[in-house]
Amino acid sequence: MIALLARDLRLAIRAGGGFGLALAFFLIVVTLTPFAVGPNTATLSLIAPGILWLGALLACLLSLDRIFALDWEDGALDLIATSPLPLEGAAAIKAAAHWLTTGLPLTLAAPVLGVLLNLPPPGFLWLALSLALGTPALSVIGTFGAALTVGVKRGGLLMSLIVLPLYVPTLIFGAEVARRGAEAQAIATPLAALAAISLACVALLPFAAAAALRVNLR
Amino acid sequence: MSLWEYANPTRFMRVTGAALPWLWALTALCLAVGLTWGFFFTPDDFRQGSTVKIIYLHVPSALMGINAWLMMLVTSLIWLIRRHHVSALAAKAAAPVGATFTLIALATGALWGQPMWGTWWEWDPRLTSFLVLFLFYLGYMALWAAIEDPDTAADLTSVLCLVGSVFAILSRYALVFWNQGLHQGASLSLDAEENVHDVFWYPLLVCIAGFVLLFVALVFLRTRTEIRARRIKALETRARMSAA
Repeated sequence: MIALLARDLRLAIRAGGGFGLALAFFLIVVTLTPFAVGPNTATLSLIAPGILWLGALLACLLSLDRIFALDWEDGALDLIATSPLPLEGAAAIKAAAHWLTTGLPLTLAAPVLGVLLNLPPPGFLWLALSLALGTPALSVIGTFGAALTVGVKRGGLLMSLIVLPLYVPTLIFGAEVARRGAEAQAIATPLAALAAISLACVALLPFAAAAALRVNLR
Repeated sequence: MSLWEYANPTRFMRVTGAALPWLWALTALCLAVGLTWGFFFTPDDFRQGSTVKIIYLHVPSALMGINAWLMMLVTSLIWLIRRHHVSALAAKAAAPVGATFTLIALATGALWGQPMWGTWWEWDPRLTSFLVLFLFYLGYMALWAAIEDPDTAADLTSVLCLVGSVFAILSRYALVFWNQGLHQGASLSLDAEENVHDVFWYPLLVCIAGFVLLFVALVFLRTRTEIRARRIKALETRARMSAA
């Protein structure tokens, strides 16, 4: 498992892995927002938590098709499936690698980009915390979507259509934590719900992803 | 004699073929009676005026929009567990019908919301979760359309249907938390104190029966089409094989 994780991380970081792409995309979305809604700081600080969450979610979505597509094309996925490691474990590791290369950097970058959008000071901690809790769910749900569509040629658009509705609950609770944090309100309820969704996704969805992979590898 | 006998395509074709004309007739009767009764022979509501009559389209289609997904969930489970092809094809056949009912519910809701709430659309939990349900239908149908091998497609869409069901319910409750509603609560529950008045209730009941029958008839028809398409494909393959 650790070898697979290390391999995926190395592949992501070295040439052509697209490691920085998600971060760059996130930066561009945040930069474009004031162009679209105007540079009024009051408006920006009002929508900052939502925009940051949405930007992180879309950046996460962009890199999903890399999870299985390359391994599928060169046959590495068949080798992984025939190895002693259960496919569920492989799916979980793939999701973890995706989170380490996408979700974690996005979480760390979000407070910095929050400065650009004039995020109110109390919001920084809760924004980072909500992303830290929510992005694992995004990665695991995305792994499931990627496993479903791995056999489809140019399945990126199809995967977005499948994955985005699945992101709804995570986005609602995550953005709610960030918004309430920015407005210095009580955040316990959405925070608990977000953590629950994230934990449940991490615990259960690798099984669904592995089931989909088995069908695709048949 | 058990339910599983209808998993045999030939038997399914025979029974549904015989049942369909009766189903269509009953559907037409129910819809004609229910809609005529509802539109022309019920009083106007004292506050809503004649717009209340949208209820005869809105409520049944909303009901069927949800129940179609429920039926797809059951048939997907049957496919995954017992691998009856008819079951998978019925799920495939039900998706566009359910999506259309969902769309009808959204459209009639907008038409009703405009005079009553002064807005076509409001980010209310009920409205929004219906929109999300519609998106789930779109994803499900897109996945069916994208995969060529029928068994792979059936398996993957079934898995998506199961996972999607969990997330649809999750979204529903997340949305309740997210925003306060404008839409009224359930007013047709059997156990509630205050419900829709009987004058509106009886024609509505006939309309609901009509929509259920319409759904069943459409799903039968579409499943039969799918089975026939599958047979044609098999025949073509056989012809190609013998020619080669």
